[in-house]
Amino acid sequence: MRDFEYEAPSTLDAAVALLAEHNGSARPLAGGTDLIDHIRTDRLAPNLVVDIKKIPELNILEHSADGLRLGAAVCCSRIYGDETIRQQYSALADSASIIGGIQIQNRASVGGNLCNAGPAADSTPSLIALGATCVIAGPNGRREVPVESFCVTKGKTVLEPGEILVELKFPSRPSGSGSHYRRFIPRNEMDIAVVGVGASVTLDGDTISDARVSLGAVAIVPLLAKEVNDALIGKPATDETYKAAGEVARSIIDPITDMRGTREFRIHVTGVLVERVLREAVARANS
Amino acid sequence: MSSKRIVTCTVNGREESFLCKPQQTLLEVLRDVLDLTGTKEGCSNGNCGACSVLMDGKVVDSCLVLAVECEGVELETIEGVADHGHLAPVQNAFLENAALQCGICTPGFIMATKALLKQNPNPSEQEIRFSLAGNLCRCTGYDKIIRAVQDAADHKIA
Ligand SMILES: Cc1cc2nc3c(=O)[nH]c(=O)nc-3n(C[C@@H](O)[C@@H](O)[C@H](O)COP(=O)(O)OP(=O)(O)OC[C@H]3O[C@@H](n4cnc5c(N)ncnc54)[C@H](O)[C@@H]3O)c2cc1C
Ligand code: FES
Ligand code: FES
Repeated sequence: MRDFEYEAPSTLDAAVALLAEHNGSARPLAGGTDLIDHIRTDRLAPNLVVDIKKIPELNILEHSADGLRLGAAVCCSRIYGDETIRQQYSALADSASIIGGIQIQNRASVGGNLCNAGPAADSTPSLIALGATCVIAGPNGRREVPVESFCVTKGKTVLEPGEILVELKFPSRPSGSGSHYRRFIPRNEMDIAVVGVGASVTLDGDTISDARVSLGAVAIVPLLAKEVNDALIGKPATDETYKAAGEVARSIIDPITDMRGTREFRIHVTGVLVERVLREAVARANS
Repeated sequence: MSSKRIVTCTVNGREESFLCKPQQTLLEVLRDVLDLTGTKEGCSNGNCGACSVLMDGKVVDSCLVLAVECEGVELETIEGVADHGHLAPVQNAFLENAALQCGICTPGFIMATKALLKQNPNPSEQEIRFSLAGNLCRCTGYDKIIRAVQDAADHKIA
């Protein structure tokens, strides 16, 4: 692997200063499950790697009346190991438990999954569905960006050189809400999503009072499917509604054909997954 | 050129200090610096699990860990599994079930199995298959490995 320097600062200020000083030639290291391979294969060529796992803010996992605060470096196995996340933010636990195998889950963070900005990243649709916000720190202070606006294109985010994703903030879950993430892959595990769908719904009796659906691997970045949300809100929680929502999802995407699936197949699977994910999210909201 | 760092950590219960460059992976240091060649290299990109070791009790792919990240951690490799020259139950279960052919995946499977059984002493077949999905084997077809893990869990083999 190419030569680089390594620092493991224990404060956020020190990490931001190091990244800013190197003006784009430094990379943050969380679990390294993307970064180390990207350096080895010369897709990235940093002169400095800044290990961010020793910074307390990036390891936070805290529930309060305001919701959930999740540090950007918290690994997947810690996420699905948290009982409250499993119950209240189930879509996030679903995503964390299908990223790679256990060896990957013990290292890979959801923050890194998001910052890597892959179109098929399995955590991003769940973050979008659950309404998470990115807290970003940089040389000019802090700013917040909703997750659906964080990825700009494949491999690129809104982060400027010197900026770091600190945490993801999730609003508290209203009563009567449920969420789910599911992907289609040809194997049972260890594969990249052909399509991934995350959804969160809130029920008022039998009526869907709120819905957020996000689609992954069907565009250059994961999408918040506003038209699908609109097709759900105010409707009864029935198979007919889910089917109609699946049709709307099919009509708003423009996926590519690649080795994992043709455009036609992706469009078809998107509708099927939207239906299934909504059915499960509603079942969870009811339980 | 980056300079070498000194890293101190515990390896199989013994404190070790080694010199490494920031770009050296834990896998490289285990094999080339500490001469612990039981940990195998398959893919070097996180897909095969041949390089699995326990880091603070959790199974990780050592090809995706920088050796400099190991300051102060506790590592366990395949060399630390047998007890004073006596094979551990998991190792015996693999032998008794013929759960290996060429053997290159075996150290990784044993480390992943150790981590699984510590967390879940009685896993179902489904749970075993799911937990070992990060370990690939080109020879056995997996069934014998699954049976070995079930035997190790049942303590059928001492
Ligand atoms: C065998 C294998 C299987 C996989 N399977 C899946 C899968 O099924 N689904 C899936 O979605 N992904 C999968 N992945 C990829 C997944 O492991 C990564 O996307 C992971 O989540 C990235 O997190 P990390 O902590 O390892 O990040 P790193 O590799 O440390 O970082 C990823 C990138 O983000 C940057 N970065 C990290 N943290 C921050 C931060 N806080 N602020 C700013 N920039 C940051 C880094 O500089 C780097 O460019 C797999 C990977 C492997 C090796
Ligand atoms: S060599 Fe590390 S996972 Fe294959
Ligand atoms: S025994 Fe040969 S790869 Fe598993």
